[in-house]
Amino acid sequence: MSKDALVEPYGQLRKETLERDRGLREKVMSLEEAAKLVKNGDHVALGGCHLSRTPMAMIWALIRAKKKDLTISRSIASTETDLLLAGGASRRVETSWFSQGLIWGVSKIMRHYTENKIAVFDEWSHMSIGLRYRAGAMGIPFMPSRTMLGSDVGKRLGSDFKTMTCPFTGEELGLLPALNPDVALIHVQRCDPYGNAQLDGLQFMDLDLCMAAKRVILTTERIVSNEQIRRAPDQTRIPFFTVEAVVEAPIGCAPHECYGVYEPFFTHLDEYAAITSKDPIKGAADYLQRYYYEPKSWSDYLSQLGMDAVLDACRRGRSVHND
Amino acid sequence: MTKHQSADATYTASELLCVMASRLLKDGQIVFAGIGVPLLAATLAQHQFAPHLTILFEGGTIGPRIVPGELPPSTNEQRCTRSANMLLPITDVLLLLQRGYVDIGFMGGAQIDRFGNLNSSFIGDADNPKTRLPGTGGGNDISSLTNMIVAMKHEKRRFVADVDFITSPGWVKGRRSRAEAGLPEGGLWRVVTDLALMGFDEDTREMKVLALQHGVTKEQVQENTGFKLLFDKKVEAITPPTKEELATLRHLDPDRRFTA
Repeated sequence: MSKDALVEPYGQLRKETLERDRGLREKVMSLEEAAKLVKNGDHVALGGCHLSRTPMAMIWALIRAKKKDLTISRSIASTETDLLLAGGASRRVETSWFSQGLIWGVSKIMRHYTENKIAVFDEWSHMSIGLRYRAGAMGIPFMPSRTMLGSDVGKRLGSDFKTMTCPFTGEELGLLPALNPDVALIHVQRCDPYGNAQLDGLQFMDLDLCMAAKRVILTTERIVSNEQIRRAPDQTRIPFFTVEAVVEAPIGCAPHECYGVYEPFFTHLDEYAAITSKDPIKGAADYLQRYYYEPKSWSDYLSQLGMDAVLDACRRGRSVHND
Repeated sequence: MTKHQSADATYTASELLCVMASRLLKDGQIVFAGIGVPLLAATLAQHQFAPHLTILFEGGTIGPRIVPGELPPSTNEQRCTRSANMLLPITDVLLLLQRGYVDIGFMGGAQIDRFGNLNSSFIGDADNPKTRLPGTGGGNDISSLTNMIVAMKHEKRRFVADVDFITSPGWVKGRRSRAEAGLPEGGLWRVVTDLALMGFDEDTREMKVLALQHGVTKEQVQENTGFKLLFDKKVEAITPPTKEELATLRHLDPDRRFTA
């Protein structure tokens, strides 16, 4: 995304889209190869929401690859965004809510970075973030809406949030600038080698993200054949030509959840809250060292989480299929 | 844990909030509920008298069935989707508020002021905050687009004359200021606390005590509030939680995860 313009010029957006290789081609690669598609300074939008379908394996790879100056956006941000700040990958976050989760209190890492002005946390209402992605997905420069008016949330965004009088009704409306992220990271239950993806459970903002973004990196619990996809095309939610990379990353949201496969790793998240609350700097550094820098591979990371923890999360995750 | 007591039952402040809030709902309503007290209150209403009430979750769930003992920890996880009627993308479930399908938005609050504005963003000056809080989430959208019920503990530090930051607008600066800001619909309807039930004056839009919890005096409510409250001409006494209401609530949250 050009650094000077809040909204990507339409001509540029169209040109970049047309220049992409949109052919039906295989694009399976490793986490490390996919990390190379993300450049320092990119706007990286994260799929899922809060503790659900977080593209953790790809975030893990970006932090290990020492990415810098990423702008991160997400519907609701949690521990993954803590770690993008603590790992030095990002200094700017745009989201509606940012903390590990209600039951763990306010994130000490978020507080440390924002209160000491090391990082910026731009707050938009949840629907506003969603409509910004949707405007980006629709190829229009802004979306009118009826929220953030009369509040300090809208005021604090300054010229990024504008109002206008509706030319049809004379009403006062808020205007949300389109967001076309440079990269969207999305984790799904299954996709084919071309990037046709199916996802189960809550969709969050992922479909709009894929249509809005300039590059989509898909991580998936498993890669299935194109024939499997064609047997149930009504289940396909993300079209292959929006996708730049497909990476198979089993248990790829751990310690967060992936609908129908595993629930959050609650014991691990309790431990994370305890060490980062005690000391957000050293706690995060120790955590990154143990889980992000030392493991040789994603499966080595999962081993660090522990087989018992993985199986417990999977047992709870699959329970949705019991009813 | 504060214990509250009536002639024939003992209950916690959170249980009291759940029961009082549930009584404000009506059968057939569509209720946008947050986790904790709001969800428990809506579910209690379904069990007691509102079997046709539908719960919406911000994560995208329409009409989940809440399994006793398995209350979801957030509105975005798979536990929220159990036996639901439909799962929508987040933006679309929030757009139901804008379209006008939702009767009541229901949330907790960190800080509230005399005009019912809520703050969940900054304690202190936003440029140099004492504490950066998690932010609005859908709070701003819900409060902008529908009638709100807020359930919270009644403490002087939470009930302030002016919030440090308006995250979720109530009646903004009072009188017609909400509509003039571009928010013609909705508004803060009721505030439920462990001391009282409050609404807002029809003209000035200042907070007004409508009823007192069992055994609570007007003076007690005023003492625990950081601004001068209005009192309705006829302040009623609230019937304490019944044994039946408490039994249902304890069946829903047997481990007291949200009602301790």
